[in-house]
Amino acid sequence: MFKTAEELVQKAEREGIKISEVMIRQEMKVHDRSREDIYNQMERNLDVMERAVNRGITESVRSVSGLTGGDGKKLHEYMMLNDTLSGNLTMDAVAKAMSTNEVNAAMGTICATPTAGAAGVVPGTLFAVKEKLNPTRDEMIRYLFVSGAFGFITANNASISGAAGGCQAEVGSATGMAAAAIVEMAGGTPRQSSQAMAMALKNMLGLVCDPVAGLVEVPCVKRNAFGASHALVAADLALAGIESRIPCDEVIDAMYRIGENMPTALKETGDGGLAATPTGNRYKQEIFGAGK
Amino acid sequence: MKYRSVFDIIGPVMIGPSSSHTAGAARIGLVARQLFRDQPEKVSFHLYGSFAKTYQGHGTDVALIGGILGFDTSDPRLTNAVEEAQKNELAFEFIIENEVSHHPNTVKIVMEKNGRSMSLMGISIGGGKVEIKELNGFELNLSGNHPAILVVHEDKYGAIASVAAVLAGKKINIGHMEVSRKEEGKDALMVIEVDQNVEQETLEEISALDHITQVTKVHE
Repeated sequence: MFKTAEELVQKAEREGIKISEVMIRQEMKVHDRSREDIYNQMERNLDVMERAVNRGITESVRSVSGLTGGDGKKLHEYMMLNDTLSGNLTMDAVAKAMSTNEVNAAMGTICATPTAGAAGVVPGTLFAVKEKLNPTRDEMIRYLFVSGAFGFITANNASISGAAGGCQAEVGSATGMAAAAIVEMAGGTPRQSSQAMAMALKNMLGLVCDPVAGLVEVPCVKRNAFGASHALVAADLALAGIESRIPCDEVIDAMYRIGENMPTALKETGDGGLAATPTGNRYKQEIFGAGK
Repeated sequence: MKYRSVFDIIGPVMIGPSSSHTAGAARIGLVARQLFRDQPEKVSFHLYGSFAKTYQGHGTDVALIGGILGFDTSDPRLTNAVEEAQKNELAFEFIIENEVSHHPNTVKIVMEKNGRSMSLMGISIGGGKVEIKELNGFELNLSGNHPAILVVHEDKYGAIASVAAVLAGKKINIGHMEVSRKEEGKDALMVIEVDQNVEQETLEEISALDHITQVTKVHE
């Protein structure tokens, strides 16, 4: 099994195959499963993502607490009627990322990528980039294998848990994973995928996990939104040939160490950051009552 | 390496809102039920760290109960687990522990039925992946991602070899195995993760071996 981004890229370069193919072959070998079997499972995940995206941009979903919902649909309508400043592809990715997380907050069905709290970034970017690149179903499934490959490295060398590493480990990881996958879909090289992951994750370092009232809603939904826009920018930088001065594996290692040094109050306890603001506390009281 | 599959990263398909606090919690509950081999009459959940702080907001409480009732991470009944528990006559309680645990998302589950009880400690490590760290006081490492058999046995020579021989005879490959004991020469526990399902007949064959006290199967 590949342990680092460098091993992953070198394997792809040596064998003249894509990152997605390295991931698929490893999965077949380690788990003794057929290509078809693995593909089918990933396609079922893709279907779940597509349903969540579509539900969020067409229905005004609401969470039980009432803190989130309806913004994905609102943004989607805005971009349909207006020439947006940051560009329609970016806004489409943002709307679809938010939609997925709103469905998640409403206890709807989603596919964790790599977690539920960060489930918007990968499908949000995928279903927006799809409109421009017109990928085949096969290429869309491959997008998820590239995301999975970089997430696999991050999870094994650092963390994908907000409680262990802060939001940088969740939305940060998801943003890097998406950036790498966009690069492959757009025709970039395996090394460019790794560069995109490095640049995307670098700018997410230090991001704390401070959910208001302990709910996966505020600021999670909007952090997924910005993660999606980030991933697109990182992919463009990499496709332009720009490189991260700090290699991908060292960025992942830095993320791990920052997570270790992060105070517990900022790691999914709901005790610090935005959760501890007057407004954050007020929401908490309104939702759970004064006793909590 | 903690994560071995791309589907640990892209997945699971689940009911929101949190892979560690909802899906992971449901999985720990489900493994607990499988190990108990029955639905308990009463269950106590001792919550530590982030689980203790945010269990209501993330639906950790609902998910743990759902798991004990046998619901998977994508089962829509998870959201109504409290009502389902009443319907199924399952009594439950949540106990907030202030003690610092090794992992932030830790739960200790104590199950009881007809005077029989079992306790286990589980952690949710992220992305819906879980590990069982303790069973009735035995330390262990069980992911719950593969079929596994747990064998309580006397800490005597030959016990491990005889179990391995039965599995080999059935052409069942052992992917991961651990042995732990509380005290030399007393009770010990084998945790054997295998690649395929283990038939009831094989379990009975293992139960009949010398020095074997109890055999339990866990699967996905």
